[in-house]
Amino acid sequence: MKLALLFSGGKDSTFAGYLAKKYNHEISCLITIASKNKESYMFHTPSINQTKNQAKAMNIPIILLETKGEKEEELKDLEKAIKQAIKKYKIQGVITGAVESVYQSLRIQKICNKLKIECFNPLWQKNQIELLEDLIKNKFGIIITGVAAYPLNEKWLGRKIDKKFIKEIKELNKKYKINPAGEGGEFETLVLNCPLFKNKLNILNKKISGEKNTWNSEVNLK
Amino acid sequence: MKKTNKILIISTCKEKLHELEFIKPIEDILKKQKTNFTAKHYKELSLKDINKAKKIIICGTSLQDNEFIEDINQFQWIKNSDKPILGICAGMQIIGLIFNENNRKEKINTKTEIGFYTEKFRKNFLNIEGEKEVYHLHNNSIDFSKSNEFEVFASSENVSQAVKHKSKNIFGILFHPEVRNKELIINFVNQNN
Repeated sequence: MKLALLFSGGKDSTFAGYLAKKYNHEISCLITIASKNKESYMFHTPSINQTKNQAKAMNIPIILLETKGEKEEELKDLEKAIKQAIKKYKIQGVITGAVESVYQSLRIQKICNKLKIECFNPLWQKNQIELLEDLIKNKFGIIITGVAAYPLNEKWLGRKIDKKFIKEIKELNKKYKINPAGEGGEFETLVLNCPLFKNKLNILNKKISGEKNTWNSEVNLK
Repeated sequence: MKKTNKILIISTCKEKLHELEFIKPIEDILKKQKTNFTAKHYKELSLKDINKAKKIIICGTSLQDNEFIEDINQFQWIKNSDKPILGICAGMQIIGLIFNENNRKEKINTKTEIGFYTEKFRKNFLNIEGEKEVYHLHNNSIDFSKSNEFEVFASSENVSQAVKHKSKNIFGILFHPEVRNKELIINFVNQNN
């Protein structure tokens, strides 16, 4: 089936795309919604424009749409982008990286249902530790680009998701209820390499901003 | 102590990729309970699989997938089965169609519900009673309100949400308990019949 991957550049959407390909579907295009609202409930924000470089690494065309990020308005922008993908790439469905977020998931389900296309959520309800372990097992190179929860701080920016990360995040989950997959927005990720990429991406430069337990790293990739 | 219940999970998904969304979450609940299970697609099911199972769960599928309705004859075994069965969403629709021999497809009502809704359980249904927030993901439903064989435990806007066969342990729920109501699946698995 020809599918569009709703792509943020982070671990969940990339892994969902990887699974779709593993199950013999074609990722005909990526759809990225770049929200100007840094507090968007729907769309992941740090380093969002880097999805263009990730799309190049995957050799897949991308539809990148900007939204003001106003609550239900951003959904109209998403619907617009999906309609473009249907018209231009003849997609029959979309893939999302939704794990636990009903807020995101049901809104995308409603748009797909209205447009009469399939909506695939291959990570739906997946155990978060199992998800992190699967990423390592499948050789995903992922870094942290944002944190927003106590006791995470700027030292976490740029960290790789590896066995040490899983061990520490498990401890933080026990102690501070940090969601191990960052589902509550506790941290944001960026994929530098994975089996979908033809080449590994490198960080060209980065701009770090934030305070206390909220930090962002705007990264440029090459 | 390890339980030895053998649960047969039946997939109704046309696309294998959808099984990660509709079958795996149920498998994960059973794994956590240390309950033995096997999962099979209805097209690959044999009589032996059904006979070996102590209980059966028929899972849901995506909003656009109605292939199971075209293949409804492959579920005729339900009518003569004495096994406890839990039908989730598509599974509930299958149970409804199988027990309504006449005007089969005409029994399907179009009713789209996506997201969380509060349903009221009139009496104990797999240890759930009173008001409960449940996750819906369906375009169709079956009306059990005039059924002689089934009792409706929860309904809203004329849509049957939770039903049980009057003399058999066959349950149907229109919502998806794998999202935030996992205890319903555990209660079905652990219930003594």
